[in-house]
Amino acid sequence: MTKAIETDRLEAGSAPGRGAAVSVDGVGIRFGSFQAVRNISLDIAAGEFLCLLGPSGCGKSTLLSAMAGFVAVDEGDLKVGGAPVTGPEPGLGMVFQSSEALFDWMTVRQNVAFGPRMRGATRAAQTKLADEYLGLVGLRHCADRFPGQLSGGMRQRVQIARVLANEPGVVLMDEPFGALDAQTRQVMQEETDRIWRASGCTVVFVTHDIDEAILLADRIAVMTAGPAASVKSVYPVDLPRPRDETDPAATELRRALRADIGEEVRKALHDQGPDQDADLKGNVR
Amino acid sequence: MTVAAAGAATPQTRRRPVGATARNLRALGVYTLSVLVGVGVWQLLAMSYGSTLVASPRETLAAAEELAHNGTLANSVIASGRRILIGWGLGVLVGVPVGLLVGQIRIVRQFLEPYIEFFRFIPPVAFVTLAVVWLGIGESSKVVLIFYTAVFIVTLNTSAGVMAVSESKLRAAASLGASRRQILRGIVLPSTVPHIVTGARLAMGNSFLTIVSAEIVAAQVGLGSLIWTSRNYGRIDWVFVGIITLGILGFVFDRVLRIVASRVLRRYGVKL
Repeated sequence: MTKAIETDRLEAGSAPGRGAAVSVDGVGIRFGSFQAVRNISLDIAAGEFLCLLGPSGCGKSTLLSAMAGFVAVDEGDLKVGGAPVTGPEPGLGMVFQSSEALFDWMTVRQNVAFGPRMRGATRAAQTKLADEYLGLVGLRHCADRFPGQLSGGMRQRVQIARVLANEPGVVLMDEPFGALDAQTRQVMQEETDRIWRASGCTVVFVTHDIDEAILLADRIAVMTAGPAASVKSVYPVDLPRPRDETDPAATELRRALRADIGEEVRKALHDQGPDQDADLKGNVR
Repeated sequence: MTVAAAGAATPQTRRRPVGATARNLRALGVYTLSVLVGVGVWQLLAMSYGSTLVASPRETLAAAEELAHNGTLANSVIASGRRILIGWGLGVLVGVPVGLLVGQIRIVRQFLEPYIEFFRFIPPVAFVTLAVVWLGIGESSKVVLIFYTAVFIVTLNTSAGVMAVSESKLRAAASLGASRRQILRGIVLPSTVPHIVTGARLAMGNSFLTIVSAEIVAAQVGLGSLIWTSRNYGRIDWVFVGIITLGILGFVFDRVLRIVASRVLRRYGVKL
């Protein structure tokens, strides 16, 4: 099924994929005695856009952190492009929820050029790459400003450009638009769709917003409520891009996802109560 | 279009400076009032206790003129200022890298923590005797005492700053390909600058608190020494001159530090 989606995308004439496949096989992650996720298996094709959808505290960010190499896997195998993930690396780009991840004392251009600079690229090459990707996210004119002078949506676009300047195989996005207002969020979602198609990366996108997932994903993986969360079901999104949320098929899918997640949220409420839910969030970080 | 824009801009550009000026003038007025009230209270105290206990503002001014005239005041200011600047500067130079390592590397933190937690409760005045015995009566004993009072507070503030660096910045840098060393220099240090500046300012305050005790023993010149030796001559008015000069000097040093830091380090988020 994933194969079919990949060929679909290529036939649609999007950029030649440089994305790396991600294979998650029986992965479990613990923090001390707390089991965050258990027995997660997912195969993400090169160039695919996969959304991880689930109630808060379900461990989706934990899984994403493991894919980025920030958190070690305790059980199972996690491979990107066939090689096990051993730690953070430029091939695994991460777009954080908070724009605190930007370096406030550097200009926008310096932020985006950070990866190439760390690789030892020449100054000219750094600037060229930075400007190229700032152009891609539509921020060329802001190159000499500082992140603190930009709006929330612009800052998230800087984060995306900064990750892409490393030309990663996989881009991991952790609720990147969660802190934005509804209008900006909508624009950012459309931009993400466009940028993803232009870059050809594999994207794993964490969200708890059903509409966002339907708008962006090739497939949506729904997670069960934590602790010891796992993948509950995977929904292919067989809708033409750019997506139209009023499409009857989208409405149908939304209804199914809502029912599926609602069940998990109710389970979580009954099992844990609100206090523990807050605890889990802190643990996931 | 241009006209409209200019027309729209004018009232605003006009109004804001006027508002700001008015606010500044009022602040200046309050400051002046505050100083006048202070001098008035001082004058009243001097009148009720007599000049053997409290030198009046006029007597103090006269004493200051006398000390300025024979060069004592300028020499004292220069001597004390130099000791403070050298001791404090060394304290910052040593405290910042040590603080970075303490904050960043757990084993360094665990190794140094007992000493930091121990010595920060021992005031410099407790070490005056040892400093003189070990280092003699020259400049080094005073500079070392100032250094001692500055270095811990800079170290503590720097390491607190390191531990407050946002996790997402560190993770972002690591995933963008930065090595541990590159993260320390390129991310941790710049993120910590506001904490370092706060530490340096507190250390400057401590240095002024310490200079008087550092000059208790065997200092020929200096504001602390002026205060101590004036006692031997029974010159309360000189003591007042020494104390007031110390306060003014501290105020000036802190102002200069604030202005320089907020100009030079603005991009690192230093706002003072």
